[in-house]
Amino acid sequence: MAKEHVDLNTKVVEMRNIVKKFGDFTANDGVNLTVHKGEIHAILGENGAGKSTLMNQLYGLYKPTSGEIIVNGKKMEMNSPRDAISVGIGMVHQHFMLIQPFTVTENIVLGTEPRKGVVLDMETARKNVAEISEKYGLSIDPDAKIEDISVGMQQRVEILKALYRGADVLILDEPTASLTPQEIVELIDIMHNLTADGKSIILITHKLKELKAAADYCTIIRLGKYIGTVDVDTVTEDDLARMMVGRNVTFEVEKPDQEPGDVVLDVKDLHGVDYRDVEILKGLTLNVRKGEIVGIAGVDGNGQTELVEIITGLRKATGGQITVNGVDIYNKPPRVGFVNGVSSIPADRQKHGLVLDFSVEENMVLQNYREPRFAHKGILDRKAIREFTTEAVEKYDIRPRDCETRPAGTLSGGNQQKVIIAREVENDKDLLIAVNPTRGLDVGAIEYVHKYIVEQRNKGKAVLLVSFELDEIMSLSDRIDVIYDGRIVSEVAGKDADENELGLMMAGGKQNG
Amino acid sequence: MDKKKSLLEFFAESKLIHTILSIIIGFIVGALFLMIMGINVGDAYGMLLKSVFSGAKSFSYCVVYATPYIVTGLSVAFSFKTGVFNIGAEGQFVIGSMAACVVGILLGGLPSYLLVPLCFLAAAAAGALWGTIVGFLKTKWGINEVLSMIMFNWIAFYLSNYIAGFPAIHNEGTAEATRNISENARILLSKDTISSLGLCPTANWGILVAIVLAIIVYFIIEKTTLGYELKAVGFNKSAAEYGGISVNRSILLALAISGGLAGLGGALQLMGMGGRISVFSSQEGFGFAGIVVALIGVSNPFGVVIAGLFYGALTYGGGKLNLVGAPTQVVDIIVGTVVFFIAISCIFEYLKYLKKTPKEPEKLPVSEPDPGKEADET
Repeated sequence: MAKEHVDLNTKVVEMRNIVKKFGDFTANDGVNLTVHKGEIHAILGENGAGKSTLMNQLYGLYKPTSGEIIVNGKKMEMNSPRDAISVGIGMVHQHFMLIQPFTVTENIVLGTEPRKGVVLDMETARKNVAEISEKYGLSIDPDAKIEDISVGMQQRVEILKALYRGADVLILDEPTASLTPQEIVELIDIMHNLTADGKSIILITHKLKELKAAADYCTIIRLGKYIGTVDVDTVTEDDLARMMVGRNVTFEVEKPDQEPGDVVLDVKDLHGVDYRDVEILKGLTLNVRKGEIVGIAGVDGNGQTELVEIITGLRKATGGQITVNGVDIYNKPPRVGFVNGVSSIPADRQKHGLVLDFSVEENMVLQNYREPRFAHKGILDRKAIREFTTEAVEKYDIRPRDCETRPAGTLSGGNQQKVIIAREVENDKDLLIAVNPTRGLDVGAIEYVHKYIVEQRNKGKAVLLVSFELDEIMSLSDRIDVIYDGRIVSEVAGKDADENELGLMMAGGKQNG
Repeated sequence: MDKKKSLLEFFAESKLIHTILSIIIGFIVGALFLMIMGINVGDAYGMLLKSVFSGAKSFSYCVVYATPYIVTGLSVAFSFKTGVFNIGAEGQFVIGSMAACVVGILLGGLPSYLLVPLCFLAAAAAGALWGTIVGFLKTKWGINEVLSMIMFNWIAFYLSNYIAGFPAIHNEGTAEATRNISENARILLSKDTISSLGLCPTANWGILVAIVLAIIVYFIIEKTTLGYELKAVGFNKSAAEYGGISVNRSILLALAISGGLAGLGGALQLMGMGGRISVFSSQEGFGFAGIVVALIGVSNPFGVVIAGLFYGALTYGGGKLNLVGAPTQVVDIIVGTVVFFIAISCIFEYLKYLKKTPKEPEKLPVSEPDPGKEADET
């Protein structure tokens, strides 16, 4: 990348030797960061490395234990986000903070609404919003309600909100987490437009591909420590991964060719409704055989969630057939599916996957607590549960190591996911359904998760993989089914898949097969 | 980290210390009211202490007073642990008490070793039924259990008054009450024991039953698959359902057990103390007191035993306050303040949480990984 917008003579943000301690725990240990005008600067690190902590200090949410923050050449004491906003720092959080029933304009001007006397001046507000959206090429419909627009659009609204408040430095926290491939490309364009206009962007991420595509410089943090700052053009993805994780990371998954066996999961002409009672599955048919991974590619909201909920018994279908190993599990409670061979890594690990107030060991037996190996005559065998958990903690590298009696909610996101994966893989069922199994995880953890999923396939299990990460679908699947508008619209072999073509099919543009 | 924050954290993290502090604050607030009324605080609190600790007789009174509170406290604590809020313990207590009374009068000829268990059984069954009906309304038609329980408290109240008028059990004398239950249904200590130890005349075995119930509740919650299911549903219905646990069945069971406990509380009160049931003019509040006791005991079965004793002592001691010219309602002020400060512990927690993670206030504190704990991860 040419870096034509970067003005190396103007430092807009400098963080020097930042140390942040929470009690005995040091989240940031001497981290340095320099961001120039017109630069996209990535902060790279694993989950829990201290990226967000660092940015929260810049945004005034935490105060550093020691170290200096210098904005536009002036030493700053950030006591609240208000202070950060006043010197032109804006932040777009990973989870958007928008008011769903309000319009785009209303959300953008919220808190700084133009007035006519005591009355809200919507006319001026709309004009202002249209102006800045024009200026930065962020096209939006100012009158649309947030609840009606896509996640990508919502993100634009968040960015506009920060720009409207006069941000010159934008902090984007994992901005691509819930975007489609097309939306990611658009976002990177927007970022370049912004830097062309002299804005600076700090990008918190652990996705190397996007980092390479977007960022000029990259600061790497590992375990709270400053590892270094590199010119992105001079390093490879492998280099970055190694610096982030501290060891070599393989992206390629070992996947020997094998012939799939009998059909395990068979779904025919499935119909179902979403939470609003609107039909969202419109005659979906698919099957998964032993020893293969079938990936469901699709944009969020095309029926994936409902499909999985119906198969796992959490939602009632309105028509169709579902069998597992030939046994009818259509509209049966979750236990029937489980007993007949269904295990699943649910999309929402905190809602469905774990009881956060339960200890890790209690979570490890969420479906199995009544089995003879864990309970006798209605009394839990705490010792057996403990042994089972200790083994799994070791085997699946769940950290911290002595977490058996800790509430699952105190584990980091990646380790919570490992608990679920450990439980579901150890359940040893014929079918494993994995929904966004690596969402929010860092490279190291993703490697583990992928390894276990492929291992299940290699052992002859059937795997149904639902993911919004097209890369994940393409690298793991033996077969890819594209879901669009409640149906499987096309099917391609995993090894023949082309990202652009899949992207088109996911948008409903093209059908084959 | 500034001092203020660590104090907040201290408050939020230590439930026991918080409870003790709340109790101290309660007494301070009570003292303020006494001072405003011009009553010597030392005299009043001295009387409270004396009425509890002046000897075997007064102490045994406290224990006798405490017994039903402990059991209704267990009932409510059990419901808290399993994610339902049993505000209906009051009605279950009344119904349980009446069931034990009917059995204790009509089958009065049976020997003690049959009659006492039968009375307990009837009370537990009646209380469980009362709780289950509410659970059924909730699981079948989604009727909010708090609303229906409050109404069921009144239904129990009037039903009890109605049954008390039945000729078969009504006292045909002047009293607006049932006849006394059979001596064989009473659980009093023997007269010799009472007089030789100098206990109060209603000293009874109920406290032992209450302690056994506390142990059983602890056992169910911590050791059994049943407790596991009920807690899972209480903490996270979605995950429980995903794990194959029937949520509706769990809610029904939780309410049945909680109701059964409250019903047993009613039986203990009748068989230990009252001996008969009067026609009520207002709700007696044993079940509501159970909410207070469960809160003070932080829903821990053994904490509830201690909290119940505390509450019983205050109730008994409070009755003696007018000997020094202080209104007995001072005790209510103290208890109210204690509960208030225990209840706002979640505010302390929330404040701490706001300071720590201002990023995502929509999440519960527990779902936020504690940075101190993540430390060992590395």
